[in-house]
Amino acid sequence: MNETKTSSEKNAVRFEHVSKSFGPKQVLADVSFEVPYAQALCILGRSGMGKSVTLKLSIALMRPDEGRIWICSDDITQLEGKPLSEVRRKMGFLFQDAALFDSLSLYDNLALPLHRLTKRSWEEVEDSVTKVLKQVGLEKDKAKMPAALSGGMRKRAGLARALVLEPMVLLVDEPSSGLDRITASEIDELLLKQKEERQTTLVIVTHDVHGARRVGDRFAVLDDGHLIGYGSAEEVEQSENETARKLVSER
Amino acid sequence: MGSILEFLGSLSLFGWRVLKDAFFPPFELEMFGRQLVDIGAKSLLLITAAGIALGTVMAFHTRSSLVTFGATSMIPSVQADAFFIEIGPLVAGLLVAGRVGSGIGAVLANMRATEQIDGIESLSIDSFKFLVVPRVLACILALPILTLFMDFCGVIGGFMSEYFSSHISFYLYITRAFSDLGWANFIPPVLKTAVFGFIIGTVSSYFGYNTNEGADGVGRAATNSVVLSSLLIIVADVILIRCIFFLFPDSAI
Repeated sequence: MNETKTSSEKNAVRFEHVSKSFGPKQVLADVSFEVPYAQALCILGRSGMGKSVTLKLSIALMRPDEGRIWICSDDITQLEGKPLSEVRRKMGFLFQDAALFDSLSLYDNLALPLHRLTKRSWEEVEDSVTKVLKQVGLEKDKAKMPAALSGGMRKRAGLARALVLEPMVLLVDEPSSGLDRITASEIDELLLKQKEERQTTLVIVTHDVHGARRVGDRFAVLDDGHLIGYGSAEEVEQSENETARKLVSER
Repeated sequence: MGSILEFLGSLSLFGWRVLKDAFFPPFELEMFGRQLVDIGAKSLLLITAAGIALGTVMAFHTRSSLVTFGATSMIPSVQADAFFIEIGPLVAGLLVAGRVGSGIGAVLANMRATEQIDGIESLSIDSFKFLVVPRVLACILALPILTLFMDFCGVIGGFMSEYFSSHISFYLYITRAFSDLGWANFIPPVLKTAVFGFIIGTVSSYFGYNTNEGADGVGRAATNSVVLSSLLIIVADVILIRCIFFLFPDSAI
């Protein structure tokens, strides 16, 4: 119990022996890792190896079959209703395709959680939305509908929505997928800034090793549901597992 | 058989959750208003056109039958009774099931496929209360209003047909149309459509909200929504007519 308490004081996210299956397919098998506050963990692995599932488990969009997942000092696997909502308030999620609401303008997409979850006035909400949109370089596009945004803009808009509630933990699913090198680099820059300036803890699922090494402090490599590598880039590069070494290596 | 019962149980729990959540805050008034416009106002043209066309055609048929007995003066009354008691509620229900049911099923399924529902949940917003409850409530309120429109359009269609056949005045037609129609014939059938609205909203939201099959699921959710809503409306109609006869014996003709 004391160990758990000490660990949750140090770590923003902690997986303890987490397993998850879909029918006969086991996507996560006894996975454990932790992410200290204000650090970035990059999860690498081949497609279909449970990386996105890990993110969804972290915010309780899915439930594990076994194990516990700690977000700060709360075991999110045990929470429902209002307590779960309160933990989710500390978190932001950038989805792979941004998952913006089609029927709302970019401004309304960002204003929605502020109106719903805070007691800010309309003016304060507008200030907050404008500030976040400025951070991601979309302040001139706030009236646009999501369908009118390019892939890179959608990603930045998704990031803006994930940041609008000023989360302590930001979950990011494939920040560079479908983007050119320059735009992907801009997204990495925004994430790095978020970590360094706002002390946000990041959990990033990515295939982009270059970007991951730029932003990440720790790396977790998943293969066939198992954690085959975990630690700093150098530590994983020296791992005995060839797949882990290949996935972290920039060469 | 087991899977059918499981499905019906799951659908019933879904409907129960809608009714339960509708009474507890936060109340999604903005979303409700938006859905009311989408479901109600945008269905008006279809309902108006269908009502007038059906009224006109029915008056032709009624005339050809009643003329044999020299009872053409009863055409307005027969027309109004038929529309207000049965045709209006049932046809409005089926038309809305087609237009709105498929729309709700497809929109929610698409939101599921594109992770928009997960997005709402990740923002600490209850996606069920935000997306499902307002849609079902809008269906419950819109259906009776649309049914009234359908009924009056049917009567107008009947008048147009009769005017060209017998040059009857509008005042006389309307007077005859409503001469036999009591509140017991009028109110229960219109309220019955609130149940149709609940069925359409719940069934189509159920298919859309619970699908998890990506893009394929969108089309399937839309089709299933229309088919099952229409089927359940017809079954509910039979049951509700018996209930109406039991509760309002005056309405039995």
